[in-house]
Amino acid sequence: MKTSGFEQATVEVFSTRLKILILLAVVGFAALLLRLWLLQVVHGPAYRTQSENNRIHLQDIPPFRGMIFDRHGELLVDNRPSFDLFVVPEEIESRTSLARTMVRLVELDADALKEKLTGEAYRYGFRPMPIKRSLSREELALVEANLFNLSGVMIQVKPQRYYLRGDFASHIIGYLGEISEAQLNSGRYPDCKPGDLIGKYGVERMWQTRIQGTRGGQQVEVDAAGRKLAVLSRKPPTAGENLALTIDRKLQLVAERALSGKKGAIVAMNPMNGEILAMASAPSFDPNIFIEGIDKAEWMRLTTGKDSPLQNRAIQGQYPPGSVFKIVMALAGLEEGLINPEEEVFCDGAFHLGNHMFRCWRKQGHGRVNFHRALVESCDVYFYKLGKRLGVDKIAQYARMCGLGQSTGFELGSEKDGLIPSSQWKLKRFGVPWQPGETISTSIGQSFVLVTPIQMARLTGAIFNGGILYEPRVVKWVGKEGEESYRFAPKAAGKIKAKEEHLALIREALIGVVNEPRGTGSKSRIKDGTVAGKTGTAQVIALEKEKYFGKGEEIPPEYNDHAWFVALATAENPVLAVAVLVENGGHGGSAAAPIAGELIRAYFGEAPQGQVVARGISETR
Amino acid sequence: MFDRRLIQNFDWTLLLILLLIAAASVVNLYSATYAIKGAGGSQVFMKQIYWFLIGFAVLLGMTTFDYHQLERFAYPIYFFSVALLVIVLFLGDTRSGSQRWLSFAGVSFQPSELMKVSMVVALAKFFNDHAQVSEYRLRDLWQPFLLMSVPALLIIKEPDLGTALLLLIVSFSIILFAKMRWRSLFILIFVTVSSAPFLWMSLKAYQQKRILTFLNPELDPLGAGYHINQSKIAIGSGLLWGKGFLKGTQTRLHFLPEQHTDFVFSVLAEEWGFVGTFILLMLFLSLILWGISIARNSKDRFGALIAVGVVAIVFWQTVINVSMTTGLLPVVGIPLAMVSYGGSAILSTMIGMGLLMNISMRRFMFQ
Repeated sequence: MKTSGFEQATVEVFSTRLKILILLAVVGFAALLLRLWLLQVVHGPAYRTQSENNRIHLQDIPPFRGMIFDRHGELLVDNRPSFDLFVVPEEIESRTSLARTMVRLVELDADALKEKLTGEAYRYGFRPMPIKRSLSREELALVEANLFNLSGVMIQVKPQRYYLRGDFASHIIGYLGEISEAQLNSGRYPDCKPGDLIGKYGVERMWQTRIQGTRGGQQVEVDAAGRKLAVLSRKPPTAGENLALTIDRKLQLVAERALSGKKGAIVAMNPMNGEILAMASAPSFDPNIFIEGIDKAEWMRLTTGKDSPLQNRAIQGQYPPGSVFKIVMALAGLEEGLINPEEEVFCDGAFHLGNHMFRCWRKQGHGRVNFHRALVESCDVYFYKLGKRLGVDKIAQYARMCGLGQSTGFELGSEKDGLIPSSQWKLKRFGVPWQPGETISTSIGQSFVLVTPIQMARLTGAIFNGGILYEPRVVKWVGKEGEESYRFAPKAAGKIKAKEEHLALIREALIGVVNEPRGTGSKSRIKDGTVAGKTGTAQVIALEKEKYFGKGEEIPPEYNDHAWFVALATAENPVLAVAVLVENGGHGGSAAAPIAGELIRAYFGEAPQGQVVARGISETR
Repeated sequence: MFDRRLIQNFDWTLLLILLLIAAASVVNLYSATYAIKGAGGSQVFMKQIYWFLIGFAVLLGMTTFDYHQLERFAYPIYFFSVALLVIVLFLGDTRSGSQRWLSFAGVSFQPSELMKVSMVVALAKFFNDHAQVSEYRLRDLWQPFLLMSVPALLIIKEPDLGTALLLLIVSFSIILFAKMRWRSLFILIFVTVSSAPFLWMSLKAYQQKRILTFLNPELDPLGAGYHINQSKIAIGSGLLWGKGFLKGTQTRLHFLPEQHTDFVFSVLAEEWGFVGTFILLMLFLSLILWGISIARNSKDRFGALIAVGVVAIVFWQTVINVSMTTGLLPVVGIPLAMVSYGGSAILSTMIGMGLLMNISMRRFMFQ
């Protein structure tokens, strides 16, 4: 490095510029000091007053949550005004006396209130803290009358979720709950604050971000007692998007009434596109109770009670399919070429494998039965013999092709898969090889087989729609007046790859189940069209009941068989696929088929046949 | 290499000014985080002390070599910093919506802070290599413009508009100092202004909205607008003598946003009044003027340019931050050097101060 004369010269040139820099720095800092002088000394006293009783509060204006409609535009969920009680911790004069007064005026847990008043809140002293949501009229009147000597107490009006029909479709609509610490930190709810109610279940949860809307707010100037003097600036909230379900209100009501007092599930869907028209699960719950704050006992009853009302049995209830499974067996037998439809098999009421005897449900036997009669009259022996020839792994292969043992892709998630056993599964799960006898009971939908009602409704529909397994959908559209941001479009999740003539044979048999004299599902007939169906009676305990309960002895209800019925209407024009399951209901033909019949009759109602067609396909809201 | 004169020439004045600012910072930060008890408030305060200890060590470390050696490393250091900015876009931690931090062995670091110093050194190197007696024309300056726009764009991408802006302003200050032809400057301004409408139209609606709120906080009454209001109340209510240490009500009650980082000045102003803000600004002005005198006494172009660049960083950061908290400028998120909480910022400032010290100590040296 050298210091040339040239460099010396340029450093000299810098020195003038450095003088300019000094000037600029001094001027810049003088400007800052002038500004500070103005703020702190000239206008200081005004700011001091403002800070002494800091009068500018930030107030939330909560948005309207989107409304929920049924498929025809009938309002199901709305908002109504709620009067919420808040305290501003910094403005309280005496905490103990306030707590005493509050407990006298409104129904409150005194200890919880004390805890709230002394805890965390003091870190953000001017932030209003909710004490009680949705005051009753009486409480509101009492508090308002005493507001003048309750410093630090304020009432805010907020829109509150209101489920117009109580427990109507509650498993689909869902409910709201206070956002949890973990959810707040997860970053998935960027617009939420502590204390906000968010969707915790059902459509309310899945579509939370679309229907919640955007919060607004205002800067409010208040006086020492917390009274509002002026709104300084305001950002209006935006309402959330509305949402329409694919549910038909009338059909849903029929389904819920049919299940009242029972435990079970009903699914009714459009077999041509996967739209769910009704989905009922009993017992159910009223989502309104979650809004006003649910007490512990009630929460325990809902979540851990034996009846588990929060469970959506239509997608989460896993039951052995019983004889409904024979649809899968028939398909496997036909496709594998093991069934000659004309060939007759002799049923003497029992089937022997080794020294084990498997009974037909009809003790005296069916005599000689061909394929059609075997399915119509649900002859167990016919399917025992078929099952033995197929083997469990072939059965599993076809059951999976029919969409069993896996989720259907139901829109709201939380679905159970059910279970389709295979030899590999058994070895892995229990470490014991598959037993031939287990194949025999698998053939009539017992042993380890478990399915959900929604899987069965979809399968029934697929037999009649050419084999397409649609993803079940419950949301028809989402959006605001006039503009939809989402609209339902059918989505095929899979296809039953089978020869059309085989599907036709099964269809004929399912029609026979309902319409032939010896069919097991005659209780679901209607006047104006052909209904098809299949009964099922699923044993809760697979062993002979007589071993546990003496003959004639009363069997406790929880050991009664589950009753199944799957149905399709009409065979000429398939617009409705139904699955009914009644827990411990007994025989499918007598306990489940009549409910399906009721549903189908309600769907077709008094409408003449010409309009029936239009209604099934039309997209009217 | 090591010379007795180096110790004789140690710049005690510079060290004293820095120690005073650091002391003010620690005391003020104690108050700013005092109310966040239980939420890591005291931790913040202790961390700042550790960062200062490390920072002063770094400052001393920066004096152990002759700054002329930096001429060889100026561009490698620059490219290293740019590489870190690229890495942060892929591997950086995202905090409150922007990706600014690189975590390494449990310590997070903002590469954009390092970039500021690297930029100064790189530009000093350029103008030292391309010394000319006549003024610079635009065609002479394409390299500096490239040097400053690449990191600026990377930082905008994070996004950290404030730091990017600061980087551009500091770079531009150095270019102007190196002397640009007036005509070139006007052409540049003309081109920028006339292309602005096209740039504006090429932005997406939400980007336009973000810039509009940035320029006019009133458009966001619940965010920036509210914060500015509260900050002005805090500063104004300090009056002449302040409310006293730990007695600032605005601070205690969390009316201030980011009160230990971007708005730390408001805390000081509330508790120490105009007297406090006057003293702090005088400390910063002394630092700046002392820095300019170091530039003047340095025996070469390279040293003078680095000193001017470091001074420019401190000057602009102070002016922008104070203007922002007093409502003169939009809230751009630029912290106050040394006074705001932040490890990367302290280290970056201390590296800069180390360079000043280095140049100052070698003012009598001849090669």
